[in-house]
Amino acid sequence: MSRSSESSRSRRLWRSPGLGVVFALLVCLPALVPLVVIVGAAISPQAEVWAHLAQYVLPEVVANTVKLVIGVALIGGTLGTSLAWLTAMCEFPGRRFFDWALLLPLAIPAYVLAFVAVGFLDYAGPLQAWLRDIFGTSSWFPRIRSTGGTILVLSLAFYPYVYLMARSAFLTQGRRALEAAQMLGHSRQAAAWRVAIPLARPWIVAGIALIVMETLADFGAVSVFNYNTFTTAIYRAWFGMFSVSAALQLAGVLLLFVLLAFALERRSRTAAHFSSSRDLSREAPRLRLQPLARYSAVCFVALVFVLAFALPILQLLFWVFTRAMSDLDARYLGFVARSVVLSLSAAVVIVAASVLLAYILRRRPTTLTRSVIRVAMIGYAVPGTVLAVGILVPVILLNNFLQEQLRSWFGAAAPALLLQGTLLTVLIAYLARFLAVGFNPIESGLQRVTHSIDEAAAGLGVVGGALLRKVHVPLLRTSLATAATLVFVDVMKEMPITLITRPFGWDTLAVRVFEMTSEGEWERAALPAVAIVLVGLVPAAMLTRRGAHVA
Amino acid sequence: MWLELRDVARFFGTRKAVDGLSFRLAEGSIGCLLGPSGCGKTTALRCIAGFEPVDRGEIQAHGRVLSTPDFLAPPESRRIGMVFQDYALFPHLTVLQNVAFGLHRLPQPARIKRAQDMLATVGLAEHGSHYPHQLSGGQQQRVALARALAPEPELVLLDEPFSSLDVELRERLGMEVRTVLNGLNATALLVTHDQQEAFAVADMVGVMNDGRLEQWGSPYELYHRPATRFVADFIGQGVFIAGEVVGAGAFQSELGLMHAGGRADWAKGSRVDLLLRPDDVIHDDASQLRAEVCQRVFRGADFLYTLKLQSGARLLSLVPSHHDHEVGERIGIRIEPDHVVAFERQ
Repeated sequence: MSRSSESSRSRRLWRSPGLGVVFALLVCLPALVPLVVIVGAAISPQAEVWAHLAQYVLPEVVANTVKLVIGVALIGGTLGTSLAWLTAMCEFPGRRFFDWALLLPLAIPAYVLAFVAVGFLDYAGPLQAWLRDIFGTSSWFPRIRSTGGTILVLSLAFYPYVYLMARSAFLTQGRRALEAAQMLGHSRQAAAWRVAIPLARPWIVAGIALIVMETLADFGAVSVFNYNTFTTAIYRAWFGMFSVSAALQLAGVLLLFVLLAFALERRSRTAAHFSSSRDLSREAPRLRLQPLARYSAVCFVALVFVLAFALPILQLLFWVFTRAMSDLDARYLGFVARSVVLSLSAAVVIVAASVLLAYILRRRPTTLTRSVIRVAMIGYAVPGTVLAVGILVPVILLNNFLQEQLRSWFGAAAPALLLQGTLLTVLIAYLARFLAVGFNPIESGLQRVTHSIDEAAAGLGVVGGALLRKVHVPLLRTSLATAATLVFVDVMKEMPITLITRPFGWDTLAVRVFEMTSEGEWERAALPAVAIVLVGLVPAAMLTRRGAHVA
Repeated sequence: MWLELRDVARFFGTRKAVDGLSFRLAEGSIGCLLGPSGCGKTTALRCIAGFEPVDRGEIQAHGRVLSTPDFLAPPESRRIGMVFQDYALFPHLTVLQNVAFGLHRLPQPARIKRAQDMLATVGLAEHGSHYPHQLSGGQQQRVALARALAPEPELVLLDEPFSSLDVELRERLGMEVRTVLNGLNATALLVTHDQQEAFAVADMVGVMNDGRLEQWGSPYELYHRPATRFVADFIGQGVFIAGEVVGAGAFQSELGLMHAGGRADWAKGSRVDLLLRPDDVIHDDASQLRAEVCQRVFRGADFLYTLKLQSGARLLSLVPSHHDHEVGERIGIRIEPDHVVAFERQ
């Protein structure tokens, strides 16, 4: 009697409406804290820090960042849209290959593409050396470490975001819309400009917003180019000037830019909720290009593919086999092992948190829970440098507070605490950054497990743990695997968070790349970079396989 | 003649999607190509629209040649409107802008005026400023129709226009579309796999099978005088009863001697199948001919009885619903001789 009333009380507690939000808040805490810290710092500016920043840092950093964002958005957006148009709407030799191959550059992190480009095109690089052999001088060759060079390389690294979005827009409704416009008396060319492109605009804008967020967040590539943006300024404020408040202020300004891009992306996605062609099998045939246009299309597409993927890969492999083989030693295995350990732990932590959140949302889909989770997902848009600072500052405060307490209790015998230098801090920062990567596939997977599936199982006598084991786990297996893989790969590629928050001596592959590139040792950066690219091919392959279903 | 197809063929590799399609559609009439999926009806429609070339034959509209194997007038110059199966409304434009899209040759005020008139015609005058995704399926369909009709095309093509709507809406919209098309005296050709849809909207229906036109005729002709066994099977319900030719147009079967349509050159004694529609089998208590009720479906206004003859052969009979007979009862029937059609035994 008393036991049953107790269990019913606990059940009632579990059903109380506020609890879901509390759980959600707890899981999301690591993702919410840095946002609060940064926003808090941004809305309470410190006068003397600002005076310094405004005089010495902001003019260059703001100008550079704005130039970079506009340039990459324009060139990357144009590249992505035109490539998507060609592969989705037209027919030309090699289209099937390029259709998925144009996504491969996603496997190469921007900082790898950047150092390969600089190593290849710089004064000391093989291209200019060859030019000097032939012409005697290469002084006319444009400098790669310039605004233009940075913009070009980042555009080549980030165009796949627009390509992916615009391609799916064109594939789902482009050709049908062209036919509709033709039936209304427009020629194909007129129809393309008047219908197909405007129709895809929300997708293209969303893709460009992604490019903008990536550009704002990029730290590794701009470091290679010695091109000062907000991320490098935050890094230098943190490590060079040891000025926490300067780093916080800069992070606040950058976060503002990021949130603007984020809002733009969200808005375009909602606008992209158009009805799409339901019957793809009846999709109209592709446009046949005139011979001249056909060959220009092939050349253009092939050029982008070669510059963004083939050439960098070849150069990387060349460096690995000629110069870097000697680096293949116990130290290198250490980088690999630490990268794998960090990525695996992050995958476990983030997938576990995502499963928890997804189930909380499933049981209590209240508006409040939903908004808490939505805010926590913003972490994915926040640059790693910003997040790292936003995590470290409260951790250091907590650490100092605890240290004080220990001192007051034990006096001089108190053990020295160093929370900021533990793997826990790194993992919390990863959780803040990559929660969305794990949560999205798991949540959409769980949405397929409808409540009527639960009820059908209950009707057959399968409830509780058996329901989870026999129904939910098998149904969610793919989503869990996808989430874990994506998080693993993202953490492998991650640079600034690891760089700023890692415990002493925890050098990973990405950190090694950073160190080698900051010394201009391109050849020696190639070996760790190849490992990262190989891992990065996994999600790119997953994307192209999913893309094949759409096509 | 508004639309004329002469021996049109379209091949995909070795597959003959459309093979020897010929028919004519008069001004102001509504035609329909009816057939199971994969019969080539959509390919035929796309040939007429100009999205597919023809490999043989000729398509003409209003005396102008549209397609021959050597010539393909571009779709935009054909003065043909089209309602797509998925409507293909432009999602980035409002309903009014969608309807005005094909009116680009008119000056701006005239465009708006004409588009508003068209919207009023299809009963959506209030919805001009909405976006397509804010409308219901039926409303989107009417926008698509208004958009196709706005530039006053010589011919409107409708590709499975009601297939994505639910059954109730389908019937109502079918009649509405017919009213709108007739009101504008538009010539239209629709393509569907649903005979109710075809009969509700079209004046003339062509039944297609395997790329070929089996029969072109009014719904009444298709139902009561099917030219081929395929048409007889595809259109409406019915059963085949074994029979034998006993004279010109006279057939003997277990139901007695009857006169029926069929080929005149059949030799006496040839074995045939006689098509009996449920409405050819009349319930008549006075009749000597008896059959056992073995299944019954109450349909409101009538009963559909499945009857068993002495030989075990089955018949369908449509009987007014106040004739309520139990399963197992033997009821009197007689055959309405005018409508029976004979086919060669297969």
